[in-house]
Amino acid sequence: MKTVNIMIVGVGGQGSLLASKLLGRLLVDEGYDVKVSEVHGMSQRGGSVVTYVRFGEKVYSPLVTAGEADYIISFEKLEAARWAECLKADGRMIVNTQEIDPMPVIIGSAEYPSGILEELKAKGVNVDAIDALSIALKAGSAKSVNIVLMARLAKYFDIPYEKWIAAIENTVAPKFAEMNKKAFELGFNA
Amino acid sequence: MKRLMIGNEAVAQGLYEGGIGLVSSYPGTPSTEITEFLAKRDDLHSEWAPNEKVALEVAFGASLAGVRSACAMKHVGLNVAADPLFTMSYTGVNAGLVICVADDPAMHSSQNEQDSRHYAIAAKVPMLEPADSAEARDFAKAAFELSEKFDTPVLLRMCTRVAHSQSIVETGVREHTEKKEYIKNGAKYIMMPGNAKKRHPVVEARTEALAVYAETCPFNRIERGGDEIGIITSGTAYQYVKEVFGESVSVLKIGMPNPLPEKLIAGFAASVKKLYVIEELDPVIENFCRSIGLDPVGKETFSPIGEYSQQSIAEAFGMEPKPTVKADSAAPARPPMMCPGCPHRGIYYTLAKNKITVLGDIGCYTLGAQPPLNAVDSTLCMGASVSGIHGFLLGSGEEQSKKTVAVIGDSTFIHSGVTGLINVAYNGSNSTVIILDNSITGMTGHQQNPTTGYNIKGDPAGKVDLESLCRAVGINRVRVVDPYDLKQCEQALKEELAAEEPSVIISRRPCVLLKYVKTAPPLKVDTEKCRSCKRCMGLGCPAISMKNGKARIDATLCVGCEVCEQLCAFGAIGREG
Repeated sequence: MKTVNIMIVGVGGQGSLLASKLLGRLLVDEGYDVKVSEVHGMSQRGGSVVTYVRFGEKVYSPLVTAGEADYIISFEKLEAARWAECLKADGRMIVNTQEIDPMPVIIGSAEYPSGILEELKAKGVNVDAIDALSIALKAGSAKSVNIVLMARLAKYFDIPYEKWIAAIENTVAPKFAEMNKKAFELGFNA
Repeated sequence: MKRLMIGNEAVAQGLYEGGIGLVSSYPGTPSTEITEFLAKRDDLHSEWAPNEKVALEVAFGASLAGVRSACAMKHVGLNVAADPLFTMSYTGVNAGLVICVADDPAMHSSQNEQDSRHYAIAAKVPMLEPADSAEARDFAKAAFELSEKFDTPVLLRMCTRVAHSQSIVETGVREHTEKKEYIKNGAKYIMMPGNAKKRHPVVEARTEALAVYAETCPFNRIERGGDEIGIITSGTAYQYVKEVFGESVSVLKIGMPNPLPEKLIAGFAASVKKLYVIEELDPVIENFCRSIGLDPVGKETFSPIGEYSQQSIAEAFGMEPKPTVKADSAAPARPPMMCPGCPHRGIYYTLAKNKITVLGDIGCYTLGAQPPLNAVDSTLCMGASVSGIHGFLLGSGEEQSKKTVAVIGDSTFIHSGVTGLINVAYNGSNSTVIILDNSITGMTGHQQNPTTGYNIKGDPAGKVDLESLCRAVGINRVRVVDPYDLKQCEQALKEELAAEEPSVIISRRPCVLLKYVKTAPPLKVDTEKCRSCKRCMGLGCPAISMKNGKARIDATLCVGCEVCEQLCAFGAIGREG
């Protein structure tokens, strides 16, 4: 099989590391060679963050570069625009419609662009928009946005639902397992 | 057992399996997790040291006593530990000693992108360089054997993409290693001139022996793929080369970048029509190739700056770029910033408001340099704020002392700020030093340090009393402020700047991200009272923005620190009820 390339992009603090951990664990259990590349340190402090997940028979590079991503899961709308150039022509973008103002917007030196998703769609990008924050709040915590978005990704994969649930149980702290399973269920059926 | 691990966990696993008995480190991205993973084990000693030099000397002591030991640090940490490193090359080791050093090409979280391979060459010690987590585990384990076999410390070079990428590792069991007997041997371990003169030839002979070993070292390997193109590569660059070319070119993968295998390289070069060297950062392998009469394509084609990727390698070979979609409007940058409720914000606001010149240091608080605060004038290296302010005032004249401060975090102060403060007191400087004491090593992800009262395991430990320490070195004016109290900050700043002697202000409040810190309910803006003066916007708090001409506080981000409330002249910010 060809290597499948996934990018998880968002804002530091949104929980993308847990999402990639979940995905990595699941894919290893499925028998794939897997590489996950993440960023620690300064950029985590509210900055733009990106995590790469690649799986297949044999994976070399831990990175995904321009025109290579089969899936981009954007935890925030503006980040979808920032990383769009990494998407393959027939790739798919899952976008949380939540907006988080970056500092240049907050202090008024830049504007939060409007019509991001419409523009991407007009350029032929497969955009799957979802209000993951509302769903996460329904599940019990804004922190489960990451699991809601993983559930959305799960719809495009052939991996059985139960295996995703098992991976959640193996990844999150036991006291948050129920809430996250609920978030997955709501995200999957949304 | 097979599982995904980041490279740093794999290094910890390899060291563990290799029988490590002691690890001592100072945290530094991207090296920190090596020590954190080892600290989870109870059958070895782990600790945070005040700085990398102390860490390496602790490891040296343990090695001398007969216990396999290691330390981990970021690339610039090795600058601090360079002093013991260069002479440990002469003394050699008793039990194996491994120094893990993590470079940060592209400077994801660093102030420069120096290439640590130069240290291996300059200190004449062997270096191993893994390209993924499986190799990280294998090389770390083997490094102990190499260290003992050749009687030398061994450098294990990581870089960000290996340290923080997860790939599959097959784990093994921990080796049982007998503690080595310590035998007094002054000729080997006392490096005074008479002894050191006899040790230098030993070092040169060892380097020659290592160069012979490098020819058959299993970590240098050739993957044949035709006679046209041959690529010599190492570390993460190997992965990008394989991603682009697969099996279609011949590759010499270097796993031991010092010393390099002359015959292996020459033989490989002779077996292909065109030779390339693809290595991140400096032309170390390339220069070696030139020194033995080869003429590879190297840095004129592959940049010495930043990280590589499959894309950058493909572009350098003139391959067609992959089709992409690009959004028309450029997305506004999203730089990192101080968190809502960050205790550094109040003091930085006070400094910015009073237009103070600020010599900064290394840590989260470097983010005070970002707009809208723009409150930092310089950041060089760990500790440089406190030493630098003294020189700055000598250079710029007495008047400047009324409007200049140094700022430094608690952990950084212990690392190498205290020596600068001793200099301030000793040489009669009229400096004002602000210690930003957030009671943790913040930027690297919350490690304990000698000021927190807890050790690496989270158990109670000796605690440096910063006030007493500052007084003990000769600073008479030492005071503590709460950075959430703007009036207190301003008063302290004005008084200490006016004082005709050096002073220390300790701005004390724990990092808001610490689990034990209880945050308050969010604040709210009364839009009736808000006059749109934007004074609160000057804080650069991510929770505050202007919406429809009025200030607005994002309740999901606000932690209720009340700093903005103190700024509002119209009483528009407060809590409901």
